[in-house]
Amino acid sequence: MKLEDYELGGTPLRSSDIKKGNVLTTSWEPNLAYAWDDGVAIGRYLAELKNGRIIGRTCYKCNRIMIPPRMFCELCFRPSDEWVYCKDTGIVNTFSICHINWDASRRGPNEPPLIPAVIEIDGASKGMGILHMLSEVDPDDIKVGLKVKAVWKNPGERTGSITDILYFKPLRAPTKRAKATKKRAKATRKRK
Amino acid sequence: MGYRKVAIVGAGITKFVRRAQETAKELAWQATKMALDSCELTLDDVDCVTLGTAPDAFDGVHMKGEYLADGAGAFRKPYMRHYVGGGTGIFSPIHGWFHVASGMADICLVVTEEKMSSCYPHPQGAFITIFDHTTEQPLKPTLIWIFALEMNRYMSTYGISKRDIALVSVKNKKNALDHPSAQLGGEITVDDVLNSEVLAWPVNRLDVSPASDGAAAIVLASERVARRLTDKPVWIDGVGFSLDTAYWATRDLCYPTYVENAARMAYDMAGITEPHKEIHVAEPYDPFDYKELHHMEGLMLCPKGEAARMTADGVTQRDGNLPTCPSGGALGVGNPIAATGLMKIIEIFLQLRGDAGKRQVPGKPRCGLAQAWGDLMQVGTVVVMRI
Ligand SMILES: [Zn+2]
Repeated sequence: MKLEDYELGGTPLRSSDIKKGNVLTTSWEPNLAYAWDDGVAIGRYLAELKNGRIIGRTCYKCNRIMIPPRMFCELCFRPSDEWVYCKDTGIVNTFSICHINWDASRRGPNEPPLIPAVIEIDGASKGMGILHMLSEVDPDDIKVGLKVKAVWKNPGERTGSITDILYFKPLRAPTKRAKATKKRAKATRKRK
Repeated sequence: MGYRKVAIVGAGITKFVRRAQETAKELAWQATKMALDSCELTLDDVDCVTLGTAPDAFDGVHMKGEYLADGAGAFRKPYMRHYVGGGTGIFSPIHGWFHVASGMADICLVVTEEKMSSCYPHPQGAFITIFDHTTEQPLKPTLIWIFALEMNRYMSTYGISKRDIALVSVKNKKNALDHPSAQLGGEITVDDVLNSEVLAWPVNRLDVSPASDGAAAIVLASERVARRLTDKPVWIDGVGFSLDTAYWATRDLCYPTYVENAARMAYDMAGITEPHKEIHVAEPYDPFDYKELHHMEGLMLCPKGEAARMTADGVTQRDGNLPTCPSGGALGVGNPIAATGLMKIIEIFLQLRGDAGKRQVPGKPRCGLAQAWGDLMQVGTVVVMRI
């Protein structure tokens, strides 16, 4: 059989066909609301975020300190063992400079890009990262391996949420040498 | 290992379009009917049906498997629906393979369908619930982030540039010009990719496959039945699937270990020890251009970090030593999530039979592979086929 010998189904429409009413549509905006309870491990994690601390959980068998904490080790498939505080610093494992919002709408001309990153938290086992945001940093200064530190909401404003950490920012201001490298990098990026 | 041999004997597909006038059910019917017609069967001949389609949130139809059953020819038959993200289109035929290989069925219809356009104006919003509801969703993530984060990690680890990666998009969109289902075939340049809108650096608009509506279907048959139905059965000689942990931020995103695990499972079953020599044509999953490279490495078609160089050398062109995505892939043909993988299976089916028309790779390929990927960067699904 050859696809070319068949008349294939699928009738293409354009968005304008919908807007102009060329096709009849029925629409619905579901009003779905959820309340997710915090769970045992993440409950403690959130409570500690409210205290301005990042807590992990150990597994004695594989010797991991796990972030985010979990009540069981998914590798050893046994209960995890102990709570342990990690630092609120870490290193950037990877990052993106994002110009769209969660619903794919474009960010406005005066809105800075979002900078999501995977941050390996100091004190947790190597490679254990969390998703969070970077800010107070020129996008050109970010590279994999950058050391960063959490910027917390004021204690009174914290609610026990991952957003009690506003974002992470570089641990140190860029050095003169880094600034020079950045200039060069910027030039290269333009060429690419 | 005591399995019966299973062949693909027929295939059907719709056009892939940004928005189809047909309902999901009508698209499924069009692909399914074409698949049955292609091997001169009717629904009465079908013993069971497997169906792959996305979470109900895409369509706003609860229990979409049941809703689609009529279009998939599945009513009053043993019927199973499943979903593993983008990996679904390869998982559905694996699911069907089990029914025939086990001896439970002689003929199994495999149907995949996706209608992403119902979630209006854009399905991106439906993707947010992929992320952990407590530790990630409050950060308002978009699905593009996980690709951008993974692509950057991959580029940083191996020193690969966006220019190297853009070649995949150029190749696949060009290949798609010859595919009758294609949504986004075109002659573009590397500079077109690099100059297209930056969505989430390092991801530009032309690095990404489109949202699509479409359906695909195949007919699987046991050896005895297959030989009666066609003189060119294409055998499913290996299947593999593997799922990694959902703690995605604690894995090194530079390498898809779960794809390697799935590939090893399929290669073991097919008796393949040197995949880069024994696989003649491949359809790795390419929802983003870097993913094709990432997956070629996971499939062990080249050493880690080498896929970009292979692409630059032309090895993966249709007339190269190891053509990849001769169909045009998700980047060119389109990406109706669950149906994309089955489109790739159909392409290998046609390539091995010598029925791929203008897309035909030279040299009479005898062994091919299709692969897909999905969920939270965690599932790999692989099928090895021979003629
Ligand atoms: Zn453990």
